[in-house]
Amino acid sequence: MSVPTGPRIITSRFDVADGHTYAGYVRTGGYASLRKAVSSMTPQQVHDEVKAAEIQGRGGAGFPAGTKWGFLPAGVHPRYLVINGDESEPGTYKDRLLMERDPHQLIEGIVIACYALNAAQAFLYVRGEMAHAQERLAQALNDAYANNMVGKNICGSNFSVDITLTWGAGAYIVGEETALIESLEGERGMPRLKPPFFPAVKGLYMQPTIVNNVETLANVPYIVGRGGGDFKAIGAPTSTGMRMFAVSGHVNTPGVFEVPNGVTTFRMLFEAPEYCGGIRNGGSIKAFIPGGASAMWFFPEHLDMALDKPTVDKAGSMLGSGAIVAMDQTTDMVAACWRIVRFFARESCGKCTPCREGTTWLERVLKRILDGHGRPEDIDLLFEVSESISPGIAWPPRQTTICPLGPSAVSPIASAVRRFRHEFEHYIEHGRPIDGVESPFATHLASHA
Amino acid sequence: MSRLTDERVATAREIIGRFPRKKSALIPLLHLAQEQDGYVAQDAMVHIAELLELAPAEVYGTASFYEMFKFHPVGKYCINICTNISCQLVGAWNLLHHAEERLGIKSGGTTDDGMFTIEDVECIAACTEAPALQVNYRYRYKVTPESFDALITELESGKLTDEVPPHGTLASVRQTTTQAWSNRGVQEQAQVDAR
Repeated sequence: MSVPTGPRIITSRFDVADGHTYAGYVRTGGYASLRKAVSSMTPQQVHDEVKAAEIQGRGGAGFPAGTKWGFLPAGVHPRYLVINGDESEPGTYKDRLLMERDPHQLIEGIVIACYALNAAQAFLYVRGEMAHAQERLAQALNDAYANNMVGKNICGSNFSVDITLTWGAGAYIVGEETALIESLEGERGMPRLKPPFFPAVKGLYMQPTIVNNVETLANVPYIVGRGGGDFKAIGAPTSTGMRMFAVSGHVNTPGVFEVPNGVTTFRMLFEAPEYCGGIRNGGSIKAFIPGGASAMWFFPEHLDMALDKPTVDKAGSMLGSGAIVAMDQTTDMVAACWRIVRFFARESCGKCTPCREGTTWLERVLKRILDGHGRPEDIDLLFEVSESISPGIAWPPRQTTICPLGPSAVSPIASAVRRFRHEFEHYIEHGRPIDGVESPFATHLASHA
Repeated sequence: MSRLTDERVATAREIIGRFPRKKSALIPLLHLAQEQDGYVAQDAMVHIAELLELAPAEVYGTASFYEMFKFHPVGKYCINICTNISCQLVGAWNLLHHAEERLGIKSGGTTDDGMFTIEDVECIAACTEAPALQVNYRYRYKVTPESFDALITELESGKLTDEVPPHGTLASVRQTTTQAWSNRGVQEQAQVDAR
């Protein structure tokens, strides 16, 4: 199987032993794009390159970053750039690598973005649990300040910007941009209602704010250095550039790969020797998650689909945060479904009743099915509660809640019950999984959790 | 236990200075308190309230939302075992079960000697290295029962003291830069006009 190839853009220093240091970064071409931007480009020209690149945000929603930058109202200051490094969507593992292995690349992207946005203050919000990323970024930031890449009169220009590094304390919901802003203000991380609180207009401290994902900004030095057109020429016209995907679960060699966007297929990621080298024990795919725990699941018939945003959207799911989880034929789908639902039940912030109550109900019903106490009416009950959180149980999901967390808990249920209903019915009738699947609780009863 | 030490108050003031509004420093200051005592003590929250000109209830109101903050002493080493989907698929529950047997406690519990706490946690962004755990937020990948036992032995013998500081300490490096400029709105506008 031959796979499409492309340049390593944001992972290019992962094999450089000192790539995370200031010296290593500069030696490998780092900060050249920033110098170029502040010495020979106007903020509008920088913005135009990012627009021309047509880079889709890498945080989950996939909104074009150049378009988002254009939403800032003219002439309103101060304005802020907030960097979302709160990576916690189950299955997602790439922003942490970018922060640990190449912190200066992110910092360079942040400063260039601030230049384009005419912002003088950025807040870099890292997930609380990522101690190593925090210290790598702290060191990099101190070194970047010392070398005049951040701070006053950057590279001798009249452009100045400060970056404040801070981190959270354990809350998935803070990955939602308005919840992140609340957390940055020292509040409980609960999402704000949109409208009126669209961050670009009323964000941090009620000032215009752009919130960008780590991977999105890590691409900016390349885009500015090489030109947006060069970036757009990689991958598919509808999903440009290179993109990082973490492939985990039942594959021979799980890994994080930077692949040409929009043209690589799921099958290539699972089977090609360059990537995951096949399903474990020579098995086959029963289902897979194409874009994080919030996504609808895909099945063997989707294997040859390209990782292209509009294609995946149209098929009823999403590429989300680039988190692909493979489940082979031995997977207990009831247990898999329960585990993801339990995540959302635990992480619901409690602000909206349908989510707070609904996700908890869903988790309890699935739990009793797993424990052998399922009732014949439980499958209908799962759908009824799901309806209350996400009317129509469709894709893209509708929501009775402020943010998409609640509806995300519906995705695994809609996916697993519709496709593997017999597995749920068997559990309800016999109190155990169907023959041929392995309970993940072989020596450890689910009742514990 | 205690209010923040003078040294930590100095650090707290530096952190406060990096934000346009004081309350934004609340979560970083709670981390400072947890670093000092291993958990967030009540007196420390009162002290933080004074530093930020907040009511103690506002401090606790925010603190209690976030999973990492502990309000009672926990083990010197908190071992967080991920059981989310990617880890569940490759044996996380067996690993948790083994950990519970090895340490003689249940998830959420602390050993009598105050050395270890174990928790079953949500995704820690190490999905391709499953099953994964963190000890005081330092990663261990592809953990087996054998490597778990070896980790416990190493922690008990003090071999990992440098790599794994006691619970509460996150980054070993802090941002030390002070803000290059203040009165941002006005200067920012001037900067834009100058271009």
